[in-house]
Parts: sequence; C-alpha cells; structure tokens
Amino acid sequence: MATAKDRAQAKAGSGLNDDIGEQKRLALYRSQVRLREAEQRAYDLFLQNLVKGTSHLSLGQEAIAAGFAEAMQKGDLSFCTYRGHAHTLARGVPVEKVLGELMQRDNGLMRGKGGSMHLTSEEHGVMGSYAIIGAHLPIACGAAWRAQYKGDKDVSVCFFGDGTTNIGAFHEALNFAAVWKLPVIFVCENNLYMEYTPIADVTAVPHPAADRAGSYGLERIVIDGNDADECYRTAQKAFAKARAGEGPSLIECMTYRHSGHSRADPAKYRPEGELEKWKLRDPIKIYRERLKQFGVSDADIAAIDASVRKEVDDATEACKAAPNPPLDILTTDVYADGGWAWRN
Amino acid sequence: MAELSYRDAVIRGIAQEMKRDPDVVFLGEDVAKAGGVFKATVGLYEQFGPLRVRDTPISEQAILGAAMGAAMTGLKPIAEIMFSDFFAVCFDYIANEFPKSRYMSNGQTKCPLVVRTGNGAGSRFGAQHSQSVENWCMMIPGLKVVAPSSPIDVIGLLAASVRDPDPVIFLEHKSLYATKGEVPDGEIVDTLGTAKILRSGKDATICALALMVPRALAAAEKLKAEHGIDCEVVDVRSLVPLDTQTILGSVAKTHRLFTVEENPRLCGWGAEIVSIAADEGFYDLDGPPVRITTPHIPLPAADILEDIVLPTPDRIAERVSRSLQG
Repeated sequence: MATAKDRAQAKAGSGLNDDIGEQKRLALYRSQVRLREAEQRAYDLFLQNLVKGTSHLSLGQEAIAAGFAEAMQKGDLSFCTYRGHAHTLARGVPVEKVLGELMQRDNGLMRGKGGSMHLTSEEHGVMGSYAIIGAHLPIACGAAWRAQYKGDKDVSVCFFGDGTTNIGAFHEALNFAAVWKLPVIFVCENNLYMEYTPIADVTAVPHPAADRAGSYGLERIVIDGNDADECYRTAQKAFAKARAGEGPSLIECMTYRHSGHSRADPAKYRPEGELEKWKLRDPIKIYRERLKQFGVSDADIAAIDASVRKEVDDATEACKAAPNPPLDILTTDVYADGGWAWRN
Repeated sequence: MAELSYRDAVIRGIAQEMKRDPDVVFLGEDVAKAGGVFKATVGLYEQFGPLRVRDTPISEQAILGAAMGAAMTGLKPIAEIMFSDFFAVCFDYIANEFPKSRYMSNGQTKCPLVVRTGNGAGSRFGAQHSQSVENWCMMIPGLKVVAPSSPIDVIGLLAASVRDPDPVIFLEHKSLYATKGEVPDGEIVDTLGTAKILRSGKDATICALALMVPRALAAAEKLKAEHGIDCEVVDVRSLVPLDTQTILGSVAKTHRLFTVEENPRLCGWGAEIVSIAADEGFYDLDGPPVRITTPHIPLPAADILEDIVLPTPDRIAERVSRSLQG
C-alpha cells in the first residue's frame, strides 16, 4: 500500500533528481532487491537442506540495510548482529561469498569457520557480525574512538535489534559514546519482536531505543524503516554529524520481519493479519511504486530485477559446486602467528 | 640499576610502551586523574595527556569492548579492569569476543590488546575482590595469559604483552604491589611463553605463579635448612603460551613435581601441568605429582581465615618434605 505519506513525499520531490537523485535511487532499489533475493534464496536452500546451522533472515527489513549502506563512504565500518546477511551484502560483499558461508562451503566468506551469524569482510568495512546480544555496541565505540584519536574521518555504524535495548552493554555503550563524543551511529531495527516475545511486553517505554536516547543526551529519532529514502536521508544526517565531530546518533527504525526469528521459528506468535498488514508496507513494493511515480520504466525496473536474480542464481550454482572446507583450516588463525600452539 | 616496587614497575612498563608507540592508549576506571586505586598508574595522565590516558565510567563491558574495537582498527590499547573478580561482568569480551574473532573470520580480524587487572588475595577484601582468576582465562583458546612475580618481570612481560599481536590477559598480584626488586635502567622487553628457573635444585621441582613464587622460594630455603631438601623453583610466568620444556626439563632433573596455586582446587593451572607431566614425563617421576592449592571455597575476609587458606611457605615446605620423606 502506498500511503498518503509516500505519495506526498514522491510529489514533493522534484522527481528523480531531488536531493537523492536518480543514480542513488536506482542503487537503493537494486540493493533492496538484491538483499531480498539473496535472503529468499537462503531460505529456499535451507528447505533443501543445503543451508546448515541456523540463519536469521532480514526479509522485510531491506530498506534499513540498503539505506544506511548507500549513505556510507568507503572506509566507514559496519558492525552487525547475527541477523547480518543483509548488512554484509549491502556493503558490496558478493552473494556467492555469503551463500557459501551459509552453506558452509570452502568458497564462503570465512570458509565455513564462522557461519551465518558471524559474517565478516574487512575489505568491505564489515567488521563482523556478533551473536552475543549487545556485544558489538561497545566494540563499535572502540573503532570510533580510534578514528577520533587518529583524526580519521570514517564513521562506525552499529546495527542491532529491538531486543538489544534491554541489555547492559547497550546502555554502557550509549553513555560511553556520548561522553566521549564518538563518531558512531547506533541503528536499532525495531521489528516489534525480540525472538518470540513482543518487545512491547517486556520494555518500560513504547520505543525501546529512541525513548532511552534522552538518558544519554541524544536526540529522540524514530523513522519509517521500510522507506529506503527515509533511512538514507536520516543516515546522511547522522554521518554528517559524526564526521563533524558532533558525536553519536541513535536511530530507531520501525520495521517488520516477514519470517520468523530464525529458521526454527514459524512465527506462530503473531496475531492474525499482522504480517499481511505489514506486507502492504513491504519496502521493495513501496520503492518500486516510487520509482514508477518518478517515471522509471517497467523495463528498467525489470532489468534490475533480472540482473540481481542472475547474480543470485549464479552464486547458488557456484556454491552448490563448491567443495567443503579442507580439514587443515581447523587449527589455523587461533593466534596471530596463524596457528593454534599454546605451548612449546 | 635501581630498586623499584612492583607498583612502580607497572607505571614504568606502561610509560615505556606509550613513549615507544603513539598507538598505545590506556583506559580504565580511575586510572587517569586519580592514578589508579592501587596507585599503579600514577603520573601517566600527566605524562601522556587526556587523549591517551582516559578515565572511563564504571562500565566494564564498554571498557573491554572499546579496547577491542580500537585494537581491531589499529590501536594498541591497554585496558584496566580494577579487580580481576570483575571479569565476571565483562566476560563476554574475554571469553567470546577477543579470542574468537580472528578464528571465526578466518584470519581477517586482529585483536592486539592487553587487559591489566589486580588479581589475587591477601588484602582481606573477601570473596569478590580477592580471587585468582588465571584459570578462568587459561581455558579459552585464543587468549594469552601472563602473571609476573617481580618488578623486572612486570616491565618486561608488560612490554612483551603490548607488542604481542594477540589479546593478552595480564594479571598483576595485588599483594605484590608493595614488594621491591632490582631493575636495570633502560628499555626492558621480555618474551611471553617463557618460564624462569629462580632457584636451581636437584631434589624436587616446585612450579609457582605470582604471589606463590616468593612463597615457594621461602619454602625452598626452609626445606634446605631444615631437611636438606634441595628444590628447584620455576616461576611459570606465562600460562599461555606455556613453557612446558622448562617445566618438563626440570622434572627430568629432579624427578619430583609440585605446583603451588593460589586459585581454588578444581581446574587450577597446576592440574594442567601435572597432566602434561603425567603424559610426557611419567618415567622421569619418582613419585606422584602434588598440587598445593587454596581449598575449594570462596575466600574469607578475616585475616586469620584468609591466611590459613592460601598456601604459605610453611605449608609448602611441610607438603614437600612429607612427600619426599614419607
């Protein structure tokens, strides 16, 4: 459903070439479709027993990953959670590398040593996906501290879910970042559910991240996390603030995951009709309509869709053909010397 | 050459590394303006300024997390956790984050940092400010674990830890801060993973760590004087990497092995050393290896109680002589 707000926003802009512009809009669309296709493929491969272990999909949450990643510059750093496939892909990591890791093949991003919950690609600025709730907020602070100390201009962005807002490390990190005025952006993806329990059932305030911002002297920011333009514009403001030395931002993005918490979760705890309601606000549907309103042709949109699908299809075939990791990597990289020796 | 306290050696060690490398930064609770609750960081804030020596909130997770993020991206942080007992509130970083990121990322990430902490008993602080937690750390693949017993080792091993590319847990013993030792002038850099034979002997090997080292040395003198038993005392210094060659070499010479541990009985580091000796030095042994430890209890506060539970020179000497002489 394109809301009145969507239509007003589309109308208000001067078409494709407003502050966001045609090139960036097409990139935002492409990125969202790519995240959707890759995550949907991960789910399909799971059903074929080819994706092993666990996996936490971002289906329905693509606008946040795409919007923030498109606002980043080379050198900016992403810190993700176990629900990190989308954020990793959005920084430009090839689909094959991500699917390969989910399928635990030798062509995976970490050759199967990390798995779905720990996607890391330093060369793309993806400084890790962290599976202990809250752990990476202080770590992002540390990376931002390095930038501040060395006079580097990069910004650290830390993505996390609504459930993270009730753990101690969240509060320690926000205070720390605010007191030290660090160039870090905290992005809460509020998809309404922690794992199975609604966040509202266990949190003292309606907006679990934004309503805490005031405690740390930060602005209260809640945005539509299903609107990639809104995510992108909000991100740009936060990046400008961080690069100007004006300290951290905390942004709560309202969204909804179309699938369960993890592959084991059919999400039966949701009230009837809730998913359907949110699917009307599907970020990709919203964005496709917006592009059309701006005059992008169906053929151009279809060409993007087709090229993304080809990347995902090719990646899938490459992963299916890839060998398992060799056993000799079992003991590599425990220590910096490349090995695992703890004694002489 | 000058006489220096263990406490002042910490200051000198940190200063030596901060002078050498502008990427070395230092953070912790009360470490900067106050100079540390144990006064082991006095003057560093004045010498290196507020950008490099930083007071933090009481947020142990933020301290260790920030140290890790800084280390991953190019700094060489030294983080202080005031009492090692507090590792329990930030153990995620020690157990899950520092030691596993390199492995999980297939070697993409690095984590060159040092966590300094006040470890051990003797201050009558009770069960939550007195523990010896080296065994908590030793069991985790990916960490290095160091515990010096003398001022010169504090400087040399701290320098080696700061220069090491892996995360190092550096355990300073609170009851050693006031002790003194001779320290040469100039830069001092030691090597991790090396034990030191502090007293040569032929009848038994005593392995000890931190505060237990001076106690083992005192026990060895007593054993010599009272029983004519000539003990070799090995300061283990580094639990990971572990210098098994020095330990097994000593056992091959003396044929008896004793470990003196301050940690409670179960899963102490001495058990690992005894296990290695049983596996690899069994035919060198003339009798069962013996672990001398604190009993498996929380530590009491009262001086008279705390003094009873920690291994003392008398208890060590009694146990060694009983074992050797029957």
